[in-house]
Formats: sequence, structure tokens, C-alpha cells
Amino acid sequence: MKHMQRITILFLAGLIVFFGTFPAWGASTVKIGVIGPMNFLQGKHHWNGALMAQDEINQAGGVQVGNKKMDIELVKADSNEFLSMTDATNAMELLLTRNKVDFIVGGFRTEAVLAMQDIAMDYKTIFLGCGAATKSICDRVGEDYDRYKYWFRITPFNNINLAKTNFIHLATVGGIMRKALGIQKPKVAIVGEKQAWVEAMVKASEATIPKLGLELVGVWRPSQTATDVTAELSAIQRSGAHIVFTIFSASVGVTFAKQIGELKLPLVQVGINVEAQKEGFWEATGGMGNYVMTMNTYARGVEYNEFTKPFVEGYIQRFGEVPAYTADTHAAILMIAECIKRAGSMDADKVVAELEKWDEKGTSGRFKFDKNHDPIWGPGYLTSLGVQWQDGKLVGVWPNKWKAAENAPEITYKGIVPYKLPPWFIEKYKQ
Amino acid sequence: MISDIILTTLINGSTYALLAIGFSLIFGVARIVNIAHTAFYMVAAYCIFFVTYRLGLNTVLAMIVAIVLIMVLGGLTYKIFIEPIREHEAAVLIATIALAMIFQEVVLLIFSGDFRTVPPMVPGYLDISGVKVAYQQLLTIAMALVILGCVWVFLAKTRLGLAIRATAQDREVANLMGMNEARVALMTLIISVALAALTGAVVLPLKVLNPHMWMAPLIMMMAVVVLGGLGSLKGSFIGAYILALSEAMVVFMIPKGAFLRESVALSIMILVLLLKPEGLFGIVFEEER
Repeated sequence: MKHMQRITILFLAGLIVFFGTFPAWGASTVKIGVIGPMNFLQGKHHWNGALMAQDEINQAGGVQVGNKKMDIELVKADSNEFLSMTDATNAMELLLTRNKVDFIVGGFRTEAVLAMQDIAMDYKTIFLGCGAATKSICDRVGEDYDRYKYWFRITPFNNINLAKTNFIHLATVGGIMRKALGIQKPKVAIVGEKQAWVEAMVKASEATIPKLGLELVGVWRPSQTATDVTAELSAIQRSGAHIVFTIFSASVGVTFAKQIGELKLPLVQVGINVEAQKEGFWEATGGMGNYVMTMNTYARGVEYNEFTKPFVEGYIQRFGEVPAYTADTHAAILMIAECIKRAGSMDADKVVAELEKWDEKGTSGRFKFDKNHDPIWGPGYLTSLGVQWQDGKLVGVWPNKWKAAENAPEITYKGIVPYKLPPWFIEKYKQ
Repeated sequence: MISDIILTTLINGSTYALLAIGFSLIFGVARIVNIAHTAFYMVAAYCIFFVTYRLGLNTVLAMIVAIVLIMVLGGLTYKIFIEPIREHEAAVLIATIALAMIFQEVVLLIFSGDFRTVPPMVPGYLDISGVKVAYQQLLTIAMALVILGCVWVFLAKTRLGLAIRATAQDREVANLMGMNEARVALMTLIISVALAALTGAVVLPLKVLNPHMWMAPLIMMMAVVVLGGLGSLKGSFIGAYILALSEAMVVFMIPKGAFLRESVALSIMILVLLLKPEGLFGIVFEEER
């Protein structure tokens, strides 16, 4: 009897030890939540980029955390942020409470990211943004550093710098029109979808376009999900515009390009058109999206540095398409892994300190954060690309002998090709 | 500008009229507020896309297949989801909302949220007063008007059309006169979803396909129906063009406020209702006669 009691006590003690140390067993991975609109392009690329990073790191032995190695474990979370802010915040909460992730990457819509950011900050969890451009998201770091220091934006650079880059593209195309067709003061119509991130860009565009030697002829604000822009296009035709400066992130970008292409309207499209960054854009517009120019982070055959090609080619091989900018979850996760190694631990404050010191070349250029944890834009840092659809291929057309200032060096990335004006545009204006 | 406004009004108005008439039909006959009406339109559009571009069949054949499929789907959903709760209008409303969401999620699962388009049936364009108009847009207007004409002939000249009109006027008396009201309701719903499917077929080359494309026309369709008068086909027809005109005027006269086109149209609807609560050509309900 006594013998049996002894065995029972030992067994129970063993069970307690077993289950008591169980959490420690579970902490053999670095858990990273990938949150985004997973049924849409942006979320799919979030996930794909993260998968690539996970595999690269784990195949190399894992993340060095102090004196041990830990694998990356990804947790997918569908924010459904195109349709529901509540879904986005719920997804974030679940990542932090049920999945207990250590880090989070992703996010797309500004409205959703602002809400998700607050939740992550409540849990003092590092959140690397890979989609939302609004400057105010990072301004929060400066306004309340102790609360928001766990937030960093990886991509894109903020909407002020996006606008700056777009204006450079616009000026470049305007210059090409002057040189090729003698249009001394090209007329520009601004068309921006009705979204939070567009507001500042429209205001800035209205102020800047005249300074670029261009004439502003009107501003149109269709709904982001407009499936017919006949009325807007008729009005733009009447305004005599040569250039349509687009500010689109949603489906209206497809509608707009398709209808312009079908009617062969003598309009050149320059600006941001997130749907046009996607290789499926050609099929989505039925081939009518030719000559659309937009910004993008990556393009086939274009290299910022020695890291670009392996990433882009690897992505194309694995997923069959060029990475969208949201695939920079790849860069985000590599950064996390390296910062954990440098910090010697996963302690959020220590990793934040390493992130703040980060100054390295990455797949899309040299990466460094400013004091608000926003990536620095400019020659030698991040510039992104101007890309254009040319006969079914999305090619890089900018920077092409670009000089940021009078005495600055000329920049042309490897693989850049000349910009092309639509033939029907040339035909109309060459007289 | 006037020609632009007229053209835009005709294109959008015809789409709204096709959708609104189908919606009005089923409301007038069976007092069913079918929120899933535009979801059927969305499903039909995806059917046509799938049959044409994934199976490689002829576009016209794809349209016929889609319309038949939608009619069958409409009949089945009516029998399974709506008929058992028909007398409870609030339950029907909720059930049709749920149905619309189900269609959306199923389509999202099968096709993903990627945006897709189909090429026009008639490529090319025409120059009208200096503005380029696609042949497809003109074809869409023509097809919509022909379909509307056929609906009018059907309702005015056929036995089933007569039964539908009679049931819409007074359900109980129609029943007493030997018309099987339940069967007429089923047939009306099938015709109503067929009209939604036809709308999908007709406007598909002008639209961007995505699983959420049913939401925007739902709001406008309901505004049209309420403006025209619930259950009134003439009201739906006229209301559609009134609201399309207001949308076109907003876009042309307030370019910066182009996104407000729906809000302005809805405001006009509210204004009319304040003055005439039954709508422009509203029929009073049986209980009020």
C-alpha cells in the first residue's frame, strides 16, 4: 500500500513537472503573425513574402536567440480589412491573445492599420507595417514614443514621399511629351479614389503640378470600387487633359485603365495604380492596360543591388509572379531575425533598439529608419521604381538617368528600359 | 456636356431599371424583399466569366447557361429558404441578406478577390460630339431597352403575365379566382432572378468582376424601387433614369465630389419620399384599400 502511494505521488509529481514545463517546450519557435487581406493580392503577397523568409531562415538553422537557435513559425491572420475594420481588429486580437505571437508583420489599409497598431501597442508587441503609407501612422511614434515605439514601417515609404516620387515620374513624362511632341505645357487631370491615404496626396498634387510646368485641368474623386467611370472619362476628355495623374489602390484602377484602353483615349496614365502593379492586371484589363505607368517596388530584370535578383527570381520561381510591395514581409522578417540575434534576446525593447540602429542594404535598397520609425526615402536609400506596361510586360522605366539635384549623380538601376508614350497619343499630338 | 450626361444616364439608368424591375416584380407579387437580388446578378456574371474564359465556350451560350443556372438556383433558394418563412417579412429580409453573403463568400472562395473583366462583345468605339463612346455601351443600352420591352409584352400579353399582375394587385382575390398564388410567386421569383442574370450578362463587359460587386447596385436599386414606388414597374423604370441622371450630373458638375454620386441620388429619393411617401407611382398596399 505504502509502495503504491509512493509510486502514485512520484507519478503525479512527474505529471506536474511535465505540464509545468510545457510552455517552455512551446517556446522553441519565434512566432510571427502575418496579418493582411488574405483573399486579395495584397494579403497573398504578405503571406508569400513571409513564407520565403521563414524558409530561408529555417533552412539556415533558424534564428539565433542568445545561445540557442529557434525556428520561425508563421501564423496567418486574415484581416479582411477591405470590408470590415472589426474583422481586422479581431484578427489582431486573436494573434496576440490566442496565438500569442512574438512579432507581427503586415497590414494594408490605413484605417485598419491605425486600429491594429493600437492593439499591438497595448500588448507591447513589435508590429512591422508592410502596406499602409499614411505618414500619421509613424507620426504617432514621435508623439508618444513610449507607447508606439514597437511600430516600424517597412513598406511603402510614407505618402509624402510617395507623392514626391510620383511627381518626379509626372515631371519625367511631361518632359518626354515636351521633347517628343512639343507639348510645352501638358494638361493634367488628377483622379484619386475616395480613401484616407489619398487626401493629402490630392492636396499636394494640386499645389505641385503647376510648379512642374504642367497645367492642372481638374480633380476627380471616384469611389474606390467604382465599376464604371464612363462619366468621369467623358468629363476628362472634355477638359483636354494629356495626362491622368492616378491615385488608386483599389479596383477602380482596373476599371479606369480598361475603359481608357478600350476607347483608345489620348491620355497618358501616370501615378499610383496598385492593381497595375500586379501581373494579373494585363488579364484583368483584357490587355487594355497597355502603357499604364505606376510605382512599384520590384520589376522583372531590375536590380537595386546584389540582393534584389535572388529575391525576385526566387519569388517568381516559387509563386509565378513578381512580388508586390507587400511581399516585403520578407525583408521585415529577415530584419527581425537579425535584430534578435544582435539583441541576444526576443525582448521587445532590446529588439526595438536594434531596429532603430538598422542601416543595411536590402532587396529594395538601403534601409534605415528615421526618428519616427519611417523608412528614409531618397537616392542611396529607398526610391522604388517607375514601372510601365509595355505590350503585356511590366518593365522598369524609372529611374533612368535621374538626378535628384543639380550636382547629384545620375541614377539608373540595372534593367531599366525607356518609357513609351501610347502610339495613339503620339498620332493625335504629333501634328 | 449635355450629350455626355444623356449617354451616361442611359447606360446607368438601363442597368438600374433592369435590376429594379426584377426586384419590384417579386415585391409586388409576393411581398418578398429580396436583398439577394443583386447577388444573383453577381453570380450570373461569374458564371458567364467561368463558362467563357475557363471552359472556352461561346459568350452567347455562356449567357444562356448562366441565365438557366440562375433561374434554377433562384427556384431552389426560394423553395428551401424563403417559402417556409414567407409570411414573416422580417425573417425573409434577414434570410435574403444571409443568402447574399453566402453567395459572396462562395464566389470569393472559388475565384478569390482578384478583379477580372471580360472583353466587349463588340470592340471599338464611336465619336459622338467629340466624346468617344464604346460600341459595347451602345449595345448595352439597346439590349437593356429590348429586355425591358420584352418584360412589358410578357406582363401585358401573356396568361402568366396576367396572373402576375393580378396577384400583384390583390393576392387574395387572385387566389379566389383560381390562380395558385404560391406557384405564381415562385414563377415570379424565377423571372425576377432571370432578369438579374440578364442584367449581369448585358453589363458584364462594362464592369469589373469582383465578389463584392453586388453591393453598390443593391443600394441604387433599392433607391430606385423606393423612389418609383414599391411594387410599381413603371415607377421603377422612371425612377431608374431619374437617379442615373442625378448621378451623371454630380460627376460632371462636381468632379471632386464624384464619389458622392450615390449619396446625392439617395438624398433625392429621401426628398421625394418626404413629399410623397408611397413613391412617384406607388401602389397602396392591400390593407390600405
